[in-house]
Amino acid sequence: MSPSSEASLPRFSRGERWAHRVLGILVGALLITGAFLFFPDLGSLVGNRQIVTTVHDVAGWLVPVPLVLALFSRAFRADAGRLNRFSPADWQWLRSRDRRSGRIRVGKFNAGQKLNASLTLGALIVLFGTGMVMFWSSLFSDSIRTGATFVHDWVSLALGLLVLGHIWMSFNDATARAGMRTGSVPLTWAEREHPAWAQEMLDTADQRPASAATPSSSRSTSSAVE
Amino acid sequence: MAEPGEQIAVESRGAPVGRRIVLGVAALGAAGVVAGRWLSEGVSSVVASTAPGLASVIPAAGGFRIYTVTGGYPEFDPATYRLTVSGLVDRPASWSLADIAELPQTQMTKDFQCVTGWRVDDVPWSGVLLRDVLSACGVESGAEALAFTSFDGVYTESLTLEQAMRDDMLVATTMYGKPIEVKHGAPVRLIAAPMYAYKSIKWMDGIELTRTVQPGYWEVRGYDIDAWVGESNGRTDEPVV
Repeated sequence: MSPSSEASLPRFSRGERWAHRVLGILVGALLITGAFLFFPDLGSLVGNRQIVTTVHDVAGWLVPVPLVLALFSRAFRADAGRLNRFSPADWQWLRSRDRRSGRIRVGKFNAGQKLNASLTLGALIVLFGTGMVMFWSSLFSDSIRTGATFVHDWVSLALGLLVLGHIWMSFNDATARAGMRTGSVPLTWAEREHPAWAQEMLDTADQRPASAATPSSSRSTSSAVE
Repeated sequence: MAEPGEQIAVESRGAPVGRRIVLGVAALGAAGVVAGRWLSEGVSSVVASTAPGLASVIPAAGGFRIYTVTGGYPEFDPATYRLTVSGLVDRPASWSLADIAELPQTQMTKDFQCVTGWRVDDVPWSGVLLRDVLSACGVESGAEALAFTSFDGVYTESLTLEQAMRDDMLVATTMYGKPIEVKHGAPVRLIAAPMYAYKSIKWMDGIELTRTVQPGYWEVRGYDIDAWVGESNGRTDEPVV
């Protein structure tokens, strides 16, 4: 198998892409309505506190839905497993100054993506829990209510920064963005940004030509990895 | 060069740091909820002493949160604004801002406590004591309560006459030594200092003396009418003094 310049690798399954899309919309709605509820000068632009609160509450309740549904996708579970594991190379990558040079061979996700995924999930869990306390506030003592509000405020500010950073990184790499939109990436991009993963995909394909991980031409669909 | 398969192993091996981060963040969050009351007081006092401007941008740093029940803020023209005092009074009034400025002025510095839990310490207000407003207009016998209206067209509030006669009930026109900002209820708002902040109606344009208490906007939605800080709405905050 000799990959041509047009060859591409399947990166994200349809299920993963939909989960990402839906979660992105929900988190976006939460951050925007949350900003209206939180920042006095933004809130003044829209007012209508009860309507904004309702949108925020509904979106909050829906956040677990794409995450739980995604667990039914084998591709999602496999990627979650990759994001979970930090190899010695990941620590090296985080510490190094030339992490973009390609000297450290990055797998499907670099250590920054792993950190982002873990911190985002942790923040979502905390925001969901403290959001429930604020939703059913009459069940909790003043101290717990105040504590939940305090944590919700600061963690959502932190998540907002994380999400902004995530969007910023994606805007700086149209190919990575297209990977999440279409599901596949050019082999050349993968060999530059995620060489260990590209190697792994090619090796797997060499061993098992009929497997789902077969590199395909850029025109073919990636539905085989669903 | 790595053997085929070894790369896979490299990526699937390694410590489950991601899970530790997720659980760690969740545990920190839970600890923050338990300790949040003290933490938030600490953050507020640090911000107040180092970067006081921050609290007006980030309410979590100890500032005011702005609640409005309508779209945006209501607008007013300082030249045509009037505060009316009506109902069971001897001399109904319709005061311009200049008229209000000629009434006896009182300053007070009070904590501002919201029923949702946030509190801003030591906010200086000035304006006219509610009881000075009442004595200027003369309360008729039979009047037992006050009904307040806002020119946002929606919000209402109430006090008993006895509550209104306290010396910490202010018709406020300044805040922190400056005219009240629009978001804080310009040009005139009530400061019912010993009660939760929903009693302190913003953008106030009317005071009516009535025979009975007419429950206000949040009170018909389940909040206590007698909203003493620390003794109502199921809360145990320290009283405002």
